[in-house]
Amino acid sequence: MFGFILRRIFASIPVMFVVTVTIFMLLRLTPGDPASVIAGDNATAEQLARIRTQLGLDQPLQQQFFDWMWRLVHGDFGTSIISGTPVTTLIADRIEPTLSLALATITLSVIVAVPLGALAAARHGTWVDRAVIALSVLGFSIPVFVIGYGLIQIFAIELRWLPVQGFRSIRDGLAEFGTRMIMPTLALTFLYVALIARITRTSLLEVLGEDYIRTARAKGISERTVFMRHALRNAAVPIITVIGIGFALLVSGVVVTESVFNLPGVGRLTIDAVLARDYPVVQAVILLSSLLYVMINLAIDVIYVLVDPRIRY
Amino acid sequence: MDSSRRFAPHASFGSLTRREALLGATAALIGAAIPAEAASTKTIRAVMHAPLRLIDPITTTAYISRDHGYMIYDTLVAADENFQPQPQMAEWVISDDKLVYTFKLREGLAWHDGPPVTAEDCVASLKRWWQRDTMGQLLASYTTSLDASDPRTIVLKLKQPAGFVLDALGKPSSNVPFMMPKRVADTPATQPITETIGSGPFKFLKEEFQPGVRAVYVKNEKYVPRKEKPSWTSGGKVVKVDRVEWVVMPDAQTAINALANGEIDYIDEPQVDLLKLFEGSNDVVVKNNNKFGLQVLARMNFLAPPFTNEKIRRAAMLAFKQENFLAAMVGDPSGYKVCGAMFVCGTTLATDIGSESLVKGDGMVEARRLLKEANYDGKPIRIIQPTDVNTQKAQPIVGAQALKDAGFNVELLPMDWQTAVATRSNAKLAQEGGWHMYFTALGGAEMSNPLTSAPLNAIGAAGYPGWPDDKEIQALRIRFAEAGSLDERKKVAAELQKLAYEHVIYVPLGQIATPAAWSAKLTGVLDGPAVPYFWNMDKS
Repeated sequence: MFGFILRRIFASIPVMFVVTVTIFMLLRLTPGDPASVIAGDNATAEQLARIRTQLGLDQPLQQQFFDWMWRLVHGDFGTSIISGTPVTTLIADRIEPTLSLALATITLSVIVAVPLGALAAARHGTWVDRAVIALSVLGFSIPVFVIGYGLIQIFAIELRWLPVQGFRSIRDGLAEFGTRMIMPTLALTFLYVALIARITRTSLLEVLGEDYIRTARAKGISERTVFMRHALRNAAVPIITVIGIGFALLVSGVVVTESVFNLPGVGRLTIDAVLARDYPVVQAVILLSSLLYVMINLAIDVIYVLVDPRIRY
Repeated sequence: MDSSRRFAPHASFGSLTRREALLGATAALIGAAIPAEAASTKTIRAVMHAPLRLIDPITTTAYISRDHGYMIYDTLVAADENFQPQPQMAEWVISDDKLVYTFKLREGLAWHDGPPVTAEDCVASLKRWWQRDTMGQLLASYTTSLDASDPRTIVLKLKQPAGFVLDALGKPSSNVPFMMPKRVADTPATQPITETIGSGPFKFLKEEFQPGVRAVYVKNEKYVPRKEKPSWTSGGKVVKVDRVEWVVMPDAQTAINALANGEIDYIDEPQVDLLKLFEGSNDVVVKNNNKFGLQVLARMNFLAPPFTNEKIRRAAMLAFKQENFLAAMVGDPSGYKVCGAMFVCGTTLATDIGSESLVKGDGMVEARRLLKEANYDGKPIRIIQPTDVNTQKAQPIVGAQALKDAGFNVELLPMDWQTAVATRSNAKLAQEGGWHMYFTALGGAEMSNPLTSAPLNAIGAAGYPGWPDDKEIQALRIRFAEAGSLDERKKVAAELQKLAYEHVIYVPLGQIATPAAWSAKLTGVLDGPAVPYFWNMDKS
């Protein structure tokens, strides 16, 4: 297993290199540059040209790329062209809201969705199953911002139980933190519950039709034990995959939710940086997101072995 | 049997039942969520029109950086509501021959970190500013010397008399000549400053600054305001709150909800169609406190055919009717003003000379005739169409239709705002006919003066995109700069406007209001050409 993990880490190096080249080229091929953001709408062409020179944007592309790579291999992600803040500081400031939202959403989604999916599989073909499918379709179909505005209208505007927006660190107190996380978490949970419940149901239905389940039942094992020990565990692989990828998606930023609830997360940082053509920030965020995906995929592969001993690397 | 007794034996917390305790805990949790302030701290939370990212108001013309500048810096001279320059940090004396301006700094001026403001600091600040600002560059070109003759005296000597010196030093909008400590002002004008030490009414809390998220200011306890009443950027900048937080909210609806819920106190330039939600509200004030709003305009590419031909430019202008653009952009007539004045309606220089067809919208027949006469070859007119900025979306569509009606062949180039700005700034692309026209909306404060109006600066390649090179216009701008009296300036401004319309330097398409919304708990919200100002504001 240790050898497998090492091999996977080494294999990720060329992947990351391809990602770096791709991000760099895509950004440079996109029209526009940060000079126009810095100069403002009233700027003359002369002012823009001077800013471009000062930022080094008039240098040849390969020179800019090697400068960036050189800093990168020395652990320096650079400085935001727009604000002058180190990119690592910008990302560190934004990671808490994103991680908090991702962890809360994924935890709540798993707690609700796995039993819901299991219930639907256990009551396959009944009204319970159909209700879960209907809920799942609803969860997929309603955009997150609609759920978000709905929650704000009810809990913030009408009932005045929760604040409309904002984020407070958990260091400011659990109440300050928790009350601001409830609505964004609920808004996102709808989608993830729909996804995970559906996968759980489908995966369980597939496993429940297997020979070893029939054998277990024939041996007189209780239906509860068959379901919990034999079926659910064997159905876990696709569920874990979805949870893992879902978590990675959440951590790499949920822009709409962050905007509706005004959470200063990584998603908003990325979008703002893209719109301002803040190259160092976009490059760092995408690079780190790619690294996160690689790591989560690795973690998922390791968890496979733990839940299913038949899997060997 | 009452419920409390029923639960009492095994589920009480002192004299409370479990249910009561749970309700109490929930209430406490919810209570903690409502924005609370210590009784002694008055905080105004404001959503500004854009996130603050650039803290140097000299290297950028971005209005949010200008607003940041007004928080922490001060100016030597400031404009009042009658457009008159007034003393702010300094009083002045002008020599009889109008060649020497002597500024004396008032007493009590100090930087946020303690030392007194000196004339040397101000000289360094002005010299940095005039490398970047258009009006500053003009002032520099008239200047023989700018020195500090003693710690409180600044002496500006001119080559020849110029009527715009005080207007330049008191200009209310970007780039404002803010005073900075010499060590900061010595930073090259192409390199953004990193320090935030000023002498203004607020101090910037750098440790709480999160670019794109929030900026925090606290009252500068040592600031000595002037005695006069505040008027635009002049007068006493009396700070009545302890703290001002600029909170970034990318979603317009969320900002409105947060204001309705009392979580924020002020929204600068909220989305106009959402303001209907506050109609009849006693808790929120909606007011147009920015006196000039934005001037909408069309600019043609002077580097490539067909708009190198004045007749074709004129045909395009005659095809436009201001009302059509403004109605499409804003809808509600109370939110816009049909206005032919290049120097903005409501100002001392306002005149409608040359704008008749734009205002009346009766030029279409003449447009068709002129286009025919000019032998337009039918090649498509490429219009840059930003699709992601509210104030920029509608004009290209309305403009394209009007041009088509006049007989132009039109092609829209949809793109995001940053790409649009980069595209229109690309002179090489313009020379190749990559674009022919764009629309934008610029601050009325800048457009109100021929010397600060970027599109009127017909200086060619070094100028504002479109790049007209018009010596007659430039000569009139110089005459305006040198004009000594208001009457003379009005006369020159009228000539300038007439000529600019004749040469179709740009096409003004009217003014749009940029109202603000604020909590009724706020008092003392000031009007001005570059609002909001957070001095004089109080919160009950």
